[in-house]
Amino acid sequence: MHYPRCAVTTLAEDLARQQRSISVAEFFEKNKHLLGFDSPTRGIITTIKEAVDNALDACEEATVLPDVFVLIKKMESDVFRIVVEDNGPGIVPEQVPFVFGKLLYGSRFHQIRQSRGQQGIGISAAVLYAQLTTGIPTIVISRTGPDQKAYRFLLQINIKTNEPEVLEKEEIAWDRTHGTRVQIEFKSTMAAKKRLLEYLKYTSVVNPHARIRVELDDETYLFERVSDEAIACPQAIKPHPHGIEIGQLMRMLAASEESCGDFLVENFTRVGKKTADEMCRKAEISPGSPASSLTPVQQKRLLQAMQEVKVPAPPTLACLSPIGEDLIAKGLEKEFQMDFVKARTRASSVYSGHPFLVEAAIGYGGKLPPDGNAQILRFANRVPLLYQQGACAITGCIAGVSWKAYNVSQSTLPTGPLLILIHVASTNVPFTSESKDAVAAIPEIEREITLVLQELGRELKTYLSRRDKNRLQEDRARAVCAIIPELAAKVAEIVDLPVPDIAPIEGKIMRKVVVKRYTREGKVILEGRNYTSHPAEFSVYDISPDNGQGASMEPAIVTELDGEFTKMWKLTLPPGDVWTAEYTGTGGGTLEVRGIPPEQVVVVDIDSQ
Amino acid sequence: MKSGEFPLSRLWWWTLTPSNEMDKKTHQRLVSIAMKWYEQIREGAIPSISMPTRTKQNIAFDDESEVWKYGDKESVRSAATAKSALHLLKMSYVIWFLKAQLIEKRSSTLRELYYISEGWKRAKFSAQDESNFLIEDLEILTDLQREAFHLRPEEDGATIFGPLRIREMTRRGDRAIHCQDDVGEAGYQIPSNVENIELLEHDADFVIAIETGGMYARLIENGFDQDHRAILVHLKGQPARSTRRMLHRINEEFGLPVLVFTDGDPWSYRIYASVAYGAIKSAHMSELLATPRAQFIGVQPTDIRDYNLPSDTLTEKDVAALQSELSDPRFASDYWKSQIDLQLKLNLKSEQQAFAARGLDFVTQEYLPRRLTEMGIL
Repeated sequence: MHYPRCAVTTLAEDLARQQRSISVAEFFEKNKHLLGFDSPTRGIITTIKEAVDNALDACEEATVLPDVFVLIKKMESDVFRIVVEDNGPGIVPEQVPFVFGKLLYGSRFHQIRQSRGQQGIGISAAVLYAQLTTGIPTIVISRTGPDQKAYRFLLQINIKTNEPEVLEKEEIAWDRTHGTRVQIEFKSTMAAKKRLLEYLKYTSVVNPHARIRVELDDETYLFERVSDEAIACPQAIKPHPHGIEIGQLMRMLAASEESCGDFLVENFTRVGKKTADEMCRKAEISPGSPASSLTPVQQKRLLQAMQEVKVPAPPTLACLSPIGEDLIAKGLEKEFQMDFVKARTRASSVYSGHPFLVEAAIGYGGKLPPDGNAQILRFANRVPLLYQQGACAITGCIAGVSWKAYNVSQSTLPTGPLLILIHVASTNVPFTSESKDAVAAIPEIEREITLVLQELGRELKTYLSRRDKNRLQEDRARAVCAIIPELAAKVAEIVDLPVPDIAPIEGKIMRKVVVKRYTREGKVILEGRNYTSHPAEFSVYDISPDNGQGASMEPAIVTELDGEFTKMWKLTLPPGDVWTAEYTGTGGGTLEVRGIPPEQVVVVDIDSQ
Repeated sequence: MKSGEFPLSRLWWWTLTPSNEMDKKTHQRLVSIAMKWYEQIREGAIPSISMPTRTKQNIAFDDESEVWKYGDKESVRSAATAKSALHLLKMSYVIWFLKAQLIEKRSSTLRELYYISEGWKRAKFSAQDESNFLIEDLEILTDLQREAFHLRPEEDGATIFGPLRIREMTRRGDRAIHCQDDVGEAGYQIPSNVENIELLEHDADFVIAIETGGMYARLIENGFDQDHRAILVHLKGQPARSTRRMLHRINEEFGLPVLVFTDGDPWSYRIYASVAYGAIKSAHMSELLATPRAQFIGVQPTDIRDYNLPSDTLTEKDVAALQSELSDPRFASDYWKSQIDLQLKLNLKSEQQAFAARGLDFVTQEYLPRRLTEMGIL
């Protein structure tokens, strides 16, 4: 095909006129999904998530116990006001506009240590989102200490230049001595309320040192702290030669004033003179030549050499901050009622030069839903991952474990009253995308996850088999308790003698507190016997349609609900003692004993057997 | 059932005790089991019973009596576990029921007992095997047969035909019966309780116990009982207790030789073994039921070969059964070893009615006379 020459030129010129650089803010406006703002529902969660993450990170840096306040208030039909306030170190006034009004601005991007936020796009993206949906500027209040003034800002982002626009800045009086408050208003819905609360609950589980107060319209929720120890802020470490990429290396080289050898020793962890020399030799570069003078080809050779030379793994402890087995278990117990909780923190490890460690916990039974897939709580650097569970390496590892070997049923994922918590902590958690919803499948991390799950699986199995054994023993004891009286009665009938007292035998078999209920000739009889060698203190709850009036021993409390009477007796039985109560009635309903460990008591409702 | 619920019926039992001597003994032995538990409970001990372990491992050949008996292994069932407590409870219900049955002079079948237990709530039997097994336990504990408890088996009694006179105590009085003259074509039906029979007299030289009904009828039709002064007993496959007890008594009381005529396969040899040596299930009564002097007529593997009988090839199971018989002490004789070895070599088995291939009279005219002569009976 032939075009007239001039026409081609014109087209190219036209195109050239249209080509221009786009600002980061503009780019993200068009790619909201990458940041977790793909829908109004999700936007609200992402915003709170980013703000709470920042608040917790800030408190951690200042080593204070986080007190975070979250407010969500419906303003108009679809406009919501979101306020997140913390007691962190605050932000100096000069920095506030940049922190909230410039994308990709942050203190942690260039640091190598575990932190929640990394790229510095989270909260400013929320500011941008508010600007795009409602046009209402974001209000930020911050104070850095008791002898400093608090400042209030009205902020926006200039979408074209990615620069903050300060609409208002004033000194105000603020009741907090230090901290930051951000107030954002944007269009959204509360369709994801459940998920939002879930996020806060999960956050509270892995941040047991934080107190999070939530006001959601008129409802309030409090996620109380269970640990009074502020967590030590992970320290930044220098990059490891195996975890560096060409862009970063080029930037570092350009900024360096040292020789190549010194550059390697000074800027990288675990690199000594000997290692640096070896790298230079491999890259065919003189260790003495200035680092900034390397040609692009030499730079590439140096990178190659840095990967090839054997370097010890980076130090992992200082830069990582595991929650710890105790606190994970405490955190879970606080938010979930379960019969069994076990947590494990694996030793730290390294992938491509990045230190990481995996922590996990398994919870079983209690009030967890008895059917369906196990509840999976995924965390990366103490941040709950709420979306894209299916795409996450953590989910893949859970599905990859053969749970049947641990007496847990499984259909792809394990099923039953089971909760699995996995926390991946790293100086660089590998996510599948910028919205940070799913951990990428890195073999080293997957291996650690699988190992920790197997360890916990074994613990769970031990618990389950012990529980089954106890249950079996109890069933047996109960059965014996119910059969012996019948046997005694029948035998007495055969030999034509009075029914013998079976209490001594029962005691021999049980060595427990035995509480029985039976009806005879229009009377309900309750009987408690202490066959143990210690005094027993407990309460008997007899719930049935009988009101228990005229009982031979008055119940301590009688309450009625829907025609069922709960009759409660509080007892202290010395060893060997017997207690009885008798009232007119027909029985039925249920019998319960509380206040005594279940393995020390046998409850027998003889009529219902 | 709770005590005091049926005061009337209890009073009624109190006034009645079994009249018959045997029933009195049975009553007393059953009640003594309950009494033992009663004493245990009163002393604060957990009720229990101990009895021989009823497994293959605890069956031993008693050289003196030449029958299979339970060994020395005892197992204790104590009410300390739910399972055993339930077993004891069921046993107490059965004793209670049997006691009433003895007093009321009634009887029931094992199957009826199983259904009666429906009303026993927790103590009801889950399957008939369970109630049968429990009755066997009671037989062991009381050293009595279940007939003494007035319990009948479900199965029909086998029949007997030949020059034998007996007296049976029936519900309508004593009846003297001649097992050739007073009975129909099929013979006299052995009652479930052979103890109710008195053996009066006979005019026979031996007894032939026959596995199949076809061969039994053939011998009657051919007049074998008259020609050879023989008492014919139909085993009906694996013989019932009453049949074995009858054979034992005829052998014991009249001193007549007992001969067993079955098919020529490993399963039939076991029929012979149970007549001669007893069975595991009833090892506690072997001395009453087994006839150690009983001899095997055939069909022998040598007969299959010598008479060239119509035959089938052995199945895998047949071969396995034969092999296990080779190591079974009941077949530990040169005779059985050579017969079984031969059968394995031939890889064939024949039914007793296969003799019909040589004519309907062959078995009575040729085979049996020749075999009986060989065995020194004729």
